[in-house]
Amino acid sequence: MDWYPLYNSLRIAAISTAVIFFLGIAAAYYIAKLPRLIKGILDVVLTLPLVLPPTVVGYLLLRVLGPKRIIGMWALETFGVKLVMTWWSAIFATMVVIFPLMYRTVRSAFESFDETLSYAGQTLGLSNTYIFWRIRMPCCRQGILAGTVLAFARALGEYGATSMIAGYTPGKTATISTTVYQLWRTGDDALAFRWVLVNVAISAVVLLAVNLLERKHPDGGKRRRRA
Amino acid sequence: MSLRVEIEKRLGNFALQAEFETREQTLALLGASGCGKSVTLKCIAGIMTPDKGRIELDGQVLFDAEKGINLPPQKRRVGYLFQQYALFPNMTVVQNICCGIRARGAERERLVREQMRRFQLEGLEKSYPAQLSSGQQQRVALARILAGEPKAILLDEPFSALDSYLKWSLEAELTQMLAAFSGPLVWVSHDLGECWRNCRTVCVLEQGRTGPVTDLETLVHRPATVEQARLAGCRNIYPVRLTPGGLRVPGWEASLPLPDSAEAGSMLGIPAEAVRVGCGGTPWTVCRAVRDLEWTEVLLQPEGATADAPVLCARLDLDQAVQVGETVTVSFDPARLLVLKERTGR
Repeated sequence: MDWYPLYNSLRIAAISTAVIFFLGIAAAYYIAKLPRLIKGILDVVLTLPLVLPPTVVGYLLLRVLGPKRIIGMWALETFGVKLVMTWWSAIFATMVVIFPLMYRTVRSAFESFDETLSYAGQTLGLSNTYIFWRIRMPCCRQGILAGTVLAFARALGEYGATSMIAGYTPGKTATISTTVYQLWRTGDDALAFRWVLVNVAISAVVLLAVNLLERKHPDGGKRRRRA
Repeated sequence: MSLRVEIEKRLGNFALQAEFETREQTLALLGASGCGKSVTLKCIAGIMTPDKGRIELDGQVLFDAEKGINLPPQKRRVGYLFQQYALFPNMTVVQNICCGIRARGAERERLVREQMRRFQLEGLEKSYPAQLSSGQQQRVALARILAGEPKAILLDEPFSALDSYLKWSLEAELTQMLAAFSGPLVWVSHDLGECWRNCRTVCVLEQGRTGPVTDLETLVHRPATVEQARLAGCRNIYPVRLTPGGLRVPGWEASLPLPDSAEAGSMLGIPAEAVRVGCGGTPWTVCRAVRDLEWTEVLLQPEGATADAPVLCARLDLDQAVQVGETVTVSFDPARLLVLKERTGR
């Protein structure tokens, strides 16, 4: 069994989740402060990939990143880098698809954050950066962790947009999901089933890890609130 | 040291116009809920930015709209005690207190230990706020604020959500711990009793506008406006007409004695203590009697008056039995009648 698809899938999911972790948090933090109208518009635009079919996302990405399109041409001319049909092409696809998951879960976590904690920090002389990383983030860690895991799991399973923008080249752009489809299509049912088991195992481990991480934390999660 | 506030702030339909000054003493900012008390505090602390005006603390300008000065909350050195204390739930007691300390290194360690001892928090170093009692939470919050050596302290309805015993014990503790603080202190409250016990001067905020700073004695015994009279516990407030024979409350037949300061357009306040029941006067009918803990509260209407006539609320001693429907005599103590203005004038 050639393990390249596993390695490729993990690396794509890890890179895109790492990027989206910061992008999603930044978007959730700054968009919440915008005026209502702009917030509403950005919200729709940024959440759209969640409801669009992955093939539509793939098509739109090809329109932008293709070698004869604006960004694709620019990247090719400036850096000599092809943006489609390479292993890293899949990163663009997964990033677009998982961004809304991260953005929305983090946003709702931030919305339930008690702003008086941030005000208290400011009046005590704490910098806004300190308040963000040492108070807001730890208080919202459940939501942020949930968003990250959801994003990672979804990135690992991305198929539609990935297959359009990266295609299926064994040993080059093959991921677990494209491999499973390819093997099933060519009638290699046994091997396809093994890859399915691998995928199920990874997802289960990820979810289990989160549950264990969340189980015990010093402030106990029992946040006493007097009405 | 003094705190001078002169600000305007518009929030949707609500307009705040606050103006007061306080020195090394506790000023009560008293008002019904939604009158802009918290907004005023937030503007002083720098959490909110006023549209106009000026805030000055200890000779330093914290905010000046015209000169474009607006110090961030971090640089104002204004301590703010929030309603639920706003302790950071993810930090231990020591970490929470450290957040208030500006010094670094060994000095920081020393200050934390000092605060822990001063506020009787020893042994709770590694506890999280959720594991503390309300009293301990309040002490941590105060320790955290005072560790930063603030120049002024703002208290935002510190006991509004507590039951009466807890309120009583925390109030005593808070006053005791704040006794050592020498700067201006603004105590926001909607409870006159709380202000009476803890503050010397008071500024009433009604519908977003502050009145003059007065001492509490004056507010309680000689309120000047309808809102002040309500805050001072006066239940009987009526529009009145001036007639040659005295004051007429529409709906009541008899005239009332005329206080000197009465003028057209004023309102009449009759504190319960100004009403004498059963000592002669005109006949009134008891339409409701409620036994309270320390007195019986009766609602009266002049005998023969229509059902929609304004009612008069009076207090009787608990041993003075009255029946609903009974007729009693009522007279008024002219010296205690209040002539009130509709609202604060400037």
